[in-house]
Amino acid sequence: MKLKEISREELFRSSYGCAGCAAVLAVRLTLKVLGRNCVCVVPANCISTVSCYYPQTPFFVPMTVMAFAATGAALSGISAGFRRRGREDISVVGFSGDGGTADIGIQSLSGAIDGGYKFIYICYDNEAYMNTGIQRSGLTPYGATTTTTPAPCFETESKKDMLRIVAAHDIPYAATACTSYPLDFMQKVARANRVNGPTYIHVLAPCPTGWGFAPDRAIELGRMAVESGFWRLVELENGKLRTTHKPSRRRSVAEYFAAQTRFRQLSPEQIEEIQRNIDRRQAAGQAFSATG
Amino acid sequence: MSTRTPARKYITANEAVACAARLARVEVIAAYPITPQTTIVEKLASFIARGEMDADFIKVESEHSALTACMGARMAGVRAFTSTSSQGLEYMHEMLAYVSGGRYPLVLVNVCRSVALPWSIWGDQQDAIQQRDTGWIQIFTETGQEAMDMVLQAYRIAEDHRILLPVMICLDGFIQSHTEELVEIPDQESVDSFLPPYDPVVTLDVDNPHTISMGGFGKHYAAWRREQQAAAEKAGEVIVEVGDEFARVFGRHYGGLIEPYRCEGAEAVILLMGALTGTAREVVDEMRADGQAVGLIKVRAFRPFPVQSLRQALSLVKAAAVLDRDCSWGYGGALATDLKAALYSLPNPPAMLNFIGGLGGADVSPEQMKYMLDKALAAKKGAPSSMEFIDL
Repeated sequence: MKLKEISREELFRSSYGCAGCAAVLAVRLTLKVLGRNCVCVVPANCISTVSCYYPQTPFFVPMTVMAFAATGAALSGISAGFRRRGREDISVVGFSGDGGTADIGIQSLSGAIDGGYKFIYICYDNEAYMNTGIQRSGLTPYGATTTTTPAPCFETESKKDMLRIVAAHDIPYAATACTSYPLDFMQKVARANRVNGPTYIHVLAPCPTGWGFAPDRAIELGRMAVESGFWRLVELENGKLRTTHKPSRRRSVAEYFAAQTRFRQLSPEQIEEIQRNIDRRQAAGQAFSATG
Repeated sequence: MSTRTPARKYITANEAVACAARLARVEVIAAYPITPQTTIVEKLASFIARGEMDADFIKVESEHSALTACMGARMAGVRAFTSTSSQGLEYMHEMLAYVSGGRYPLVLVNVCRSVALPWSIWGDQQDAIQQRDTGWIQIFTETGQEAMDMVLQAYRIAEDHRILLPVMICLDGFIQSHTEELVEIPDQESVDSFLPPYDPVVTLDVDNPHTISMGGFGKHYAAWRREQQAAAEKAGEVIVEVGDEFARVFGRHYGGLIEPYRCEGAEAVILLMGALTGTAREVVDEMRADGQAVGLIKVRAFRPFPVQSLRQALSLVKAAAVLDRDCSWGYGGALATDLKAALYSLPNPPAMLNFIGGLGGADVSPEQMKYMLDKALAAKKGAPSSMEFIDL
């Protein structure tokens, strides 16, 4: 995919998202790939909260809101319905946040992958329950403060590795992405759309409000996450893992952490330990890992 | 009425319901196993496996997902079916309100069973009653035949453009679900003439894109809910209408929202829902033969609650004995307490005797029903209402 091939048509526009919201960007970019022949499912999350209140909607393709825990099953049911009607050409896509994916929705996601219907499940990951006011989720990284892991404490568990979890289901296609690498992300959406089965894309979406950085730095923050090795851009197709983008420059985790407020309470020693963990994982070439 | 001879078979209500889903040309089924519902989905899976039914069976990991997947299929514009019991229905609770609020005309069969704790697989109606306020039309049935016939009617009622509300057909665990009775299975052509293909009002349509379920604030929210209430009230008329039409095609009629039995000149009546009605009929027959002025009212529709029919049927009765296989803890049996509210403005309402019984699969014997009616006969109009647990 080249820049000039990207559709100019905006199928998600004028939402009430915060300035600099990368989750909104993830939806917008996805719909540029899928076009008008797609339907969207959005559970309780920032996207549904900043978009769909009667009589306004930023979606220019068919869309439904969904219960928090129900994205996977809704995708299965809609996909089954379209299969019955001979409309398997229609893309069925879900946009669930990190909590909706890794916590309350993980059972439904697991069941849906196991069910085998064709859909694209997009987890946009802003690393906490942002919509309700920055509470920790299963995808909040070690060291981050949230309103339920407030300073001087911080999140003490590491981020669940969703890529390994979906890989364990023998999913035909899964990938990680970041909104700061739009071509990489959109290419993955296009590949998922060609698969006749369940697919999963986990896109890191920096959140100015929840992470503590200026709205004009969301792209920069995502790049720092990848360049520091904190987040990896990979793709898993038929059991084979491939790195889709290797950053040409390496940054330290300390630099990435310093660009936002949520890691402020970590001591230099603690940050060094996180750096050592990332270095060790990278040296070991840990398979199927989204982080490090 | 159809001139064809329908098949007659000894089958359980669960099998009858599975046959009804097939005859309704359901295209998507999603369900999760739970006793005593399981044989419904086993039967449907076997219909599909043997090529006797053309439908997708979505494998799901829970009842929450089963109902969600059925709602998804409805959003894509196809007819869907699910069934469950007890904890399964409880687990669906969140989605029950989603489906009714979204006005998706789903049909669900609940095989009534008690709810933990204490844990029990046996029958009562606590599960269905606990979903009373989720916005579903709830109809209780007495026999396998009625369960089958009501599933066919339920699609007509739910999909009626004046209604667009989901329907829960309730049958009693084990008494109906696991007991074989002679059931007349209609032929496909007659069913097709009674139940036209699904004609959805709104779907996820890529050629006509809409946000089909969304948020609403303030007056928009209230307006939406007022329409939902209007549709739920209207459903009373449509249930009667569809029942009459069903009788014209198939020759079986169940009496609308309630079925009064031998209530002419009755001083005391017993009211109940579901399969125990069969026992109550015999008790009423015996007591009538002894010259006692007793009758029976089988309440078929619990939501919408048949307020007018019940006020009319009970206006001259001295006392009502209400058997509830459930309880709204801290108040009383759900049928009894709703009935009290319905009769509130009657000038001279009957005395109300609430009997909580048949809990956790306990048998309710003819002697117990006679005891209830005897007590009702002895009660004076205007007496304070009473409540009694009869299983102990």
